[in-house]
Amino acid sequence: MRLRTVISAAAVLTAVLPAMTGMAAAQTEIQVWHAFSGRLGELIDKQISDFNASQGDYKVVGTNKGNYSEALNAGIAAFRAGEQPHILQVFEVGTATMMAAKGAVKPVYEVMAESQEPFDPSAYLAPVAGYYTTADGQMLSLPYNSSTPVLYINKDALKAAGLDPETKPATWPEVEEILVKLKESGSACPLTTAWQSWIHLENLGAYHDAPFATKSNGFEGTDTELVFNGDLQAKHIGKMAEWAKNGLFSYSGRRNEGGARFRSGECALFTESSAGYAGVKAEAAFEFAVTNLPYWPDVEGAPLNTIIGGASLWVMSGHEAEEYAGAAKFLTYLSSAEVQAQWHQDTGYLPITTAAYDLTKEQGFYNENPGTDVAILQMTGKAPTANSKGIRLGNFDQVRTIIDEELEAVWQGQKDAKAALDEAVSRGNELLRRFEQASR
Amino acid sequence: MEKRVTFDNRLLPYLLLAPQLLVTIVFFFWPAGQALYQSLLLPDPFGLSARFVWFSNFEYLLGDRYYLQSFMTTAVFTFFVTLVSMAVALLFAVMADQVIKGSGAYKTLLIWPYAVAPAVAGVMWLFMFQPSIGVLAYHMRAMGIPWDPVLNGSHAMTLVIAAAAWKQVSYNFLFFLAGLQAIPKSLIEAAAIDGAGRWHRFRTIIFPLLSPTTFFLLVVNIVYAFFETFGIIHTMTAGGPGQSTTILVYKVFSDGFVGQDLGSSAAQSVILMVVVGVLTVIQFRYIERRVHY
Repeated sequence: MRLRTVISAAAVLTAVLPAMTGMAAAQTEIQVWHAFSGRLGELIDKQISDFNASQGDYKVVGTNKGNYSEALNAGIAAFRAGEQPHILQVFEVGTATMMAAKGAVKPVYEVMAESQEPFDPSAYLAPVAGYYTTADGQMLSLPYNSSTPVLYINKDALKAAGLDPETKPATWPEVEEILVKLKESGSACPLTTAWQSWIHLENLGAYHDAPFATKSNGFEGTDTELVFNGDLQAKHIGKMAEWAKNGLFSYSGRRNEGGARFRSGECALFTESSAGYAGVKAEAAFEFAVTNLPYWPDVEGAPLNTIIGGASLWVMSGHEAEEYAGAAKFLTYLSSAEVQAQWHQDTGYLPITTAAYDLTKEQGFYNENPGTDVAILQMTGKAPTANSKGIRLGNFDQVRTIIDEELEAVWQGQKDAKAALDEAVSRGNELLRRFEQASR
Repeated sequence: MEKRVTFDNRLLPYLLLAPQLLVTIVFFFWPAGQALYQSLLLPDPFGLSARFVWFSNFEYLLGDRYYLQSFMTTAVFTFFVTLVSMAVALLFAVMADQVIKGSGAYKTLLIWPYAVAPAVAGVMWLFMFQPSIGVLAYHMRAMGIPWDPVLNGSHAMTLVIAAAAWKQVSYNFLFFLAGLQAIPKSLIEAAAIDGAGRWHRFRTIIFPLLSPTTFFLLVVNIVYAFFETFGIIHTMTAGGPGQSTTILVYKVFSDGFVGQDLGSSAAQSVILMVVVGVLTVIQFRYIERRVHY
């Protein structure tokens, strides 16, 4: 009896399997490796399944490969083994590495042209697209998720400290007054931050028109040198060190560990990526506001624009033309105003095209959700200078680790700001020289 | 006179040795050779090109005082992980050896943590002791104990040592227990009859008779602390704060697999290989003399 069931099951399988594989063969598979899990993972999966449902020629398969560093690494290891995906999501820190890997990458403009997909680089927000575009105006990767740092405020905490909950400090001195009051009212963590290097050095520089590295922050060549140990940075980090010592600023960790402390109500002010919005909105049991990243009013011309973080999609080399045609279709789909606007509204990432921004405005999203347009206005408010276009450095992930290490010594009170920044610059420059040599 | 086995067939001994030799060549000599070769190259991450740079990877490393500092960090870490995990395991083994009722349950529970992957062990400890989310960290703060492994290097080091040692206690426990059970009861009873107290019996009979086990575990634990703990470091501190928990093997991992600096990573693994080789030779030459088999 049981044997017969097995045999008939096997018979059915042998009959069905070829039909199934035959069906699969008719569709060209496009592999996408990304670094999103949790809520963002669900959203990217939704985009992929919507794309698959919208047409019958291509089947996009999305795979999560860990965090940003791990996904990049998985892509590199796969390339070395000849098993690379068609599309790889790489964070902005890996941009220089990907740009230097000429034989491993197929530039997006080329992919689009070869498969005759309509593609207009000027449709993308200039400060976003600029990050991924060569000096001669060719777009190498497709911007996907881009964010910029903003200030989150726990309004209930302000109220508890006897402050007007609608206060939106524009400058760091104003922030300091608030921090002092918060501290006096018993707050254990008036201010914390995520991504300290990105927000308090890289964006600080762009916002105040001070270079992070020479050669237009590395855009003009790999022979760039770090220069983030100037007066502005020493002053800012020195101020934060003073706050750390007086209990006004509390360090949470190198990545976005501070998020949990802000969302739980422990920390009152929080500098974090605009993409933290979805999480704060979902979890915070208090009233909150989002406002511009504060600036130093004594710096002439400040504030300029902030720069982006996040990731872009790179097409890897070594695949068939038919597969590239599918990849091109998928990228076009991702850039469409509807998909981008939805993504922007769901996550707090920036809309990457002007059309998506306009659509979100038309839908009345910004009116219903005050604070969600802070990021894009802050990014696009002014024309970027050579210091605020972005940063493109090799070995940047490791340079950031060095900065994290040195800043930790500052928050602990072991080193003063200037000495730590000097040390970070000299250690980081060695890594830049190694990258220059390796990519020569 | 020495007893010698002779083979009639001249090929047979080689054939019998072949599987072991093959395993050693494929899993040790070949990768070690690769590492040596890679350490002289400066490749780009994608393996598209590589420049032969002679010893400049080594020069770069040895000129970096943070790398030299990492030797010290590794020494401290290894010393304490080995000491704590072996001492605790020995204590548990001696106690479990004396339990008569329900000893199976004790032993099973004590062996359990060995099945936990290092990265998972790291995350578990983090859930308890991370300042912002840790349950125990919360109570420690409430009791007024200063605890900040995110910024305080010694606190961070204590935390990773505890996690790494905890993970290894089970393994050591197993070997110590087996060692204890191999000691003839009559010997201990005889000493007891002669009036030797508990501590005296342990110090003069049990511990010396355990010395082969202890020596074996010493070697194994040092190798463990050197090589197998990067998962714990990676999940708990990522080498920080500053570089206070950046041990050598973690730096190999982070430079190679996070930073994609494969030349430097290979050079570091060659250095590490030499260090562990030297350590093992020292152990066998000088410490093994004191072992009674």
